Amino acid sequence: MLPNDPLRRVLYVDLSRRRFWVADRPDLFEDGLGGAGVAIRLLEEECPPGTDPLGPENPIIFAVGPLVGLFPMASKTVAMFKSPHTGNLGESHAGGRSAVALRMAGYGAVVLRGASPTPVYLVIDGDEVYFRDASALWGLRSSATVGRVIRERERGAGTRTIMRIGRAGERGITYACVVTETYRHFGRLGLGAVFGSKRLKALVIAGRRSLPVADRKAYRETYDAIFRAATESPLMQKYHELGTAMNVLPLDAIGALPTRNLQSGRFEGAEAISGENLARNYLGRRVACAHCPVACIHLAALRLPYPNDPYFYKTVMLGYDHEPIYAVGSMLGIADVAGMLQVMDETETVGLDVMSTGVTLAWATEALERGLISRQETDGLALAWGDWETYVGAIRRIVDPPNDFYRALGRGVEYAASVYGGADFALAFGGNEMPGYHTGPAGHLTYLTGARHSHLDSAGYSLDQRAAAKGETLTPEGVAEALLEEERWRQVLASLVVCFFARGVYTPEVVQRALAAAGIDRSADDLARLGAETLARKHAFKVREGFDPVRLRIPRRILETPSPLGTLDEDFLRQAIAHFFRRGFPILPDFAAL
Amino acid sequence: MPQRLSVIDVDRCVGCQSCMFACARRLGEGGLAGACIGVRSAGGIRRGFVVVVCRACPDPPCARVCPTDALVLRPPGGVRLRAELCIGCGNCAAACPFGAVFWDASQNKPQICVYCGYCARYCPYDVLALEDLTPPPLLVAGEG
Repeated sequence: MLPNDPLRRVLYVDLSRRRFWVADRPDLFEDGLGGAGVAIRLLEEECPPGTDPLGPENPIIFAVGPLVGLFPMASKTVAMFKSPHTGNLGESHAGGRSAVALRMAGYGAVVLRGASPTPVYLVIDGDEVYFRDASALWGLRSSATVGRVIRERERGAGTRTIMRIGRAGERGITYACVVTETYRHFGRLGLGAVFGSKRLKALVIAGRRSLPVADRKAYRETYDAIFRAATESPLMQKYHELGTAMNVLPLDAIGALPTRNLQSGRFEGAEAISGENLARNYLGRRVACAHCPVACIHLAALRLPYPNDPYFYKTVMLGYDHEPIYAVGSMLGIADVAGMLQVMDETETVGLDVMSTGVTLAWATEALERGLISRQETDGLALAWGDWETYVGAIRRIVDPPNDFYRALGRGVEYAASVYGGADFALAFGGNEMPGYHTGPAGHLTYLTGARHSHLDSAGYSLDQRAAAKGETLTPEGVAEALLEEERWRQVLASLVVCFFARGVYTPEVVQRALAAAGIDRSADDLARLGAETLARKHAFKVREGFDPVRLRIPRRILETPSPLGTLDEDFLRQAIAHFFRRGFPILPDFAAL
Repeated sequence: MPQRLSVIDVDRCVGCQSCMFACARRLGEGGLAGACIGVRSAGGIRRGFVVVVCRACPDPPCARVCPTDALVLRPPGGVRLRAELCIGCGNCAAACPFGAVFWDASQNKPQICVYCGYCARYCPYDVLALEDLTPPPLLVAGEG
């Protein structure tokens, strides 16, 4: 790291005492590089064993990496905390302007400790930190209004991030998200609830500094090569044109689009909710994260009439992606695009993770169909596939629960099924609700083995689709090793911090060149070691907090509904899980015995 | 012929900031401190973006309010900073209605577009372009 690179600076904020200080931590960034590699080290330091995720001792850590502010598509911030949703490792990544703003404010990481006695929003403006009273913002109906108010009150337009929570976060719904720049999210694992537990309504970060480079000429050359790859090569085309919503039709065609709580892998309404149809009839604007020329963020312009007021309309702009389309589209049997977008809008308004919301409501719908629950539990709502208006009502009840049933839904599908039954069709892995791919064993093994139980941990869905296309046969050991290798490499990307969508551009060679421009010398072996070590540290944290791969629940439903690679076999999955942990983490005693 | 930077179609701007980073990189640094171009949302990202560039005015207010004549006119439009004359009063930044006079906090001096077009080369969506600057028609009193 160059001597004048501010990456090494860690900002500590104590919300209980309203104090802040900066520590130079070159050690952290030498060892962990940045992002996930640094955040897991800070989590080890800050989060004592057995911490209550909604207690003041649970830290919130944000970290960026050496390539942020220097190279395109290095646009993500890594958040780490203990998850109130799974009771274990909480890690969530978001773009927007968050990463560039944190780096431009002159920090590599921020650690938030304690809890404020009264609602606050925090402003980090370069070297200054302000604790602003947020009691008037607490309880606002829409998370969008929070952003609007703060936008007008604080400086730094254009180069700042405004992270905020909705009422779901205030209420401690365990899958509440943090929204940043209106359309990006620290979506999964409940960071919003941790904000709420600290009475932290929002976090503003602004700055505009310069960053040193080791060699100006080499920097410009490497930059140009990466920029060209981002804008001209086919590598990023998918994200650029239809966006991630382009996945809907191909997944449906192979029977991998989870539909009606994964009772099927095909959805008769796929065409309607496809990226193609959305682009044709709704795409109103494309936007980008800071320092990313790809602009994968697709906004639908939805024109809505006021039913009782002729000639009165409003036009809302809503972000869409494959995962929300799956979660509140096919998963809930909603083929009415305008209805689906309004369900998404409601999750944004209250600040819930749309993926967990959709999967939880899908379980509730099936539980009602099967008579596990009645209209008494649902507060009179006749939850039914495709009935988007009723789902909007259910989302409001999750945030303002009229009874114990909605309080249970507010803790996710794993918990709700533990109370009301129906675990066989409760689609959660490691406590986290399922992503939108039923491609085969590798996809589900990513959900099971991934440190975050996220499809992005090791992208098994891509392994499945390649195997299906090439007619290859997957083996438990082969899948386990491929996923392990992928997840380790992604720790490197998450330490730089490069968007996973840019993984095709940032090969190990390109990463080394880019790091060299930042004055950081790392061999390919160094990077591989960093990836393996970062992942091992995450699993050490998870084991400490009670994670046991032997006890991982495999929902029966994924074994019942055929995938494009045939009906899944539980023994295959168990063998692969055992191999993944035994091979990957022999140093941890629990895994060696598998 | 002298040129200036022009915002051709702001509705195509996605807010990626590639132009801002390019402007800073022109000086051989990373980050944004050196940028003489600014992109911000038009009151929330849902409304799109505003791109702030120096439009090389023929009679620039920034130069008129400079007490030390540190901003030298560049015919037929725009200014050039003579940094050795600048006292950092900030009048120029306050006078520009677009906010196109950016500020170098470390030097306490304005930083103003040099009309090089480096930023436009990195705009993936053709929002920006360099254009030739022709002399404006003479203003005649009583007209218009």
